[in-house]
Amino acid sequence: MTETNLRTPLYSAHIDLGARTMPFGGWDMPVQYSGILAEVNAVRTRAGVFDVSHMGRLYISGPKATQFLDWVLTGSVQSLAVGRARYCMICNEAGGVIDDTIFYRLAEDRYLLIPNAGNRDAVVAWFHHWIGTKFPGECLIDDRTEATALIALQGPQAVEIMDGLCALDSGEPPSSLRPFAWAEGKLAGDAVFMGRTGYTGEDGFEVSASSDRASAVWQSFLDAGALPCGLGARDVLRLEAGLPLHGHEIDEHTTPVEAGLERFVRFDKDYVGAEVLLRQRDEGTERRLVGLAVPGRSAPRQGYAILREGQNIGRITSGSYSPTLDTSIGMGYVLQGHASPGSTVDLDVRGRITQGQIVPLPFYARPRKKQGH
Amino acid sequence: MNPDDRKYTEEHEWVKLEDADSRQALVGITDFAQEQLGDIVYFELPEPGSTVAHLGKMGEVESVKSVSDLFSPVSGEVVEVNAALTDNPEVANNDPFGDGWLVRLVMSDPAELDGLMTAADYESYISGLS
Repeated sequence: MTETNLRTPLYSAHIDLGARTMPFGGWDMPVQYSGILAEVNAVRTRAGVFDVSHMGRLYISGPKATQFLDWVLTGSVQSLAVGRARYCMICNEAGGVIDDTIFYRLAEDRYLLIPNAGNRDAVVAWFHHWIGTKFPGECLIDDRTEATALIALQGPQAVEIMDGLCALDSGEPPSSLRPFAWAEGKLAGDAVFMGRTGYTGEDGFEVSASSDRASAVWQSFLDAGALPCGLGARDVLRLEAGLPLHGHEIDEHTTPVEAGLERFVRFDKDYVGAEVLLRQRDEGTERRLVGLAVPGRSAPRQGYAILREGQNIGRITSGSYSPTLDTSIGMGYVLQGHASPGSTVDLDVRGRITQGQIVPLPFYARPRKKQGH
Repeated sequence: MNPDDRKYTEEHEWVKLEDADSRQALVGITDFAQEQLGDIVYFELPEPGSTVAHLGKMGEVESVKSVSDLFSPVSGEVVEVNAALTDNPEVANNDPFGDGWLVRLVMSDPAELDGLMTAADYESYISGLS
């Protein structure tokens, strides 16, 4: 069996920059350029730029687009204003997470939804199933993933860089965008769509452009001083910021309530999985996602057992050395009753028992600036 | 690129005999290994006084993204561990054949060196991997 991975419009730019690539979610993606530690540091202290074109771009439209999305998403769709975006989950009937996603309200009856690369086909199939069942002929899905690029500019200097390169169609600078708002503009003469969103715990933008203009936009960010960053740094950054990754903290057998993501779940609307999620909120769950701090640089890794007094109480879902905090961190599930911050657990690190402490998430939160200047 | 004053393993470690009389040798990882690992953040190495076996596991190296086993190219007794790596494991990225050495040991059987790869052998071995 031969499988050919997809390549983003920026693939040759990555090779020219000396990136090491790896298959991820059906794509050949850059995992690192200058090195994960340098890339993480750039995003935390200056600015980094990521090719995230492997993430899906699904345009959903039609007279029942809002009702349809309210049926398949855990967040409220009808209450979202045009011009804004929201993060939430797509659940199955058992409340398990098919994917997590950001969706943008482009117009009254038109949305852009960003699924994870490896889940795009599953999400499209799931959506077609429900459109056929409940909203036949009243919703359209237009998958434009392979016709566009998505580039994330992240870090404390991201706003300044965007303001220097780009004007919104409104005439305002990109810095006028509030978090989770979107706008259209011109970047180096090219039409772009941008959201004040990201997956690193830093301020920044995610910018979509047509495939043929992707290299120009990417190069503008590099010329403005942003360091090219790969999926390796992105994974460390999101972990430090306590953000879940599908396939690790969340999957089809894990619910948003178990994962501590209740703030992205509505309990006052009817949708796929609502019954289970409501029951779990009221009755509790057997296990709970927690953060773990482990002294030293030997990191807990996915699959390691979490123990207390020799009893297996859970399992690590993600872990890494955190260069920002200079300690090792991880997330994992533990049985209820063992989830309180401050309590100590043992980790089975390849046969060595190491102590860790349950800590509140996120591990890292960026220093907040006051509004205005 | 790979110095020819030492021998190499298929697991990408090197061993360099420092002194034939005392059988003292340095062990480290190759430039190819550090390049593949990426940023190294932690070494788990044997204590001085412990013995290591020919091609036996002697420790672990962690990069940000992965954990890999380290194997000793030769059998012997560890007499020193590179203390610089505790606080600055990146030395093994920056200078794998020099300051980034891992352990110093006294070989128990110098004949084991004959079974290891020369720099030229190792060169063609790694070119077959990529």
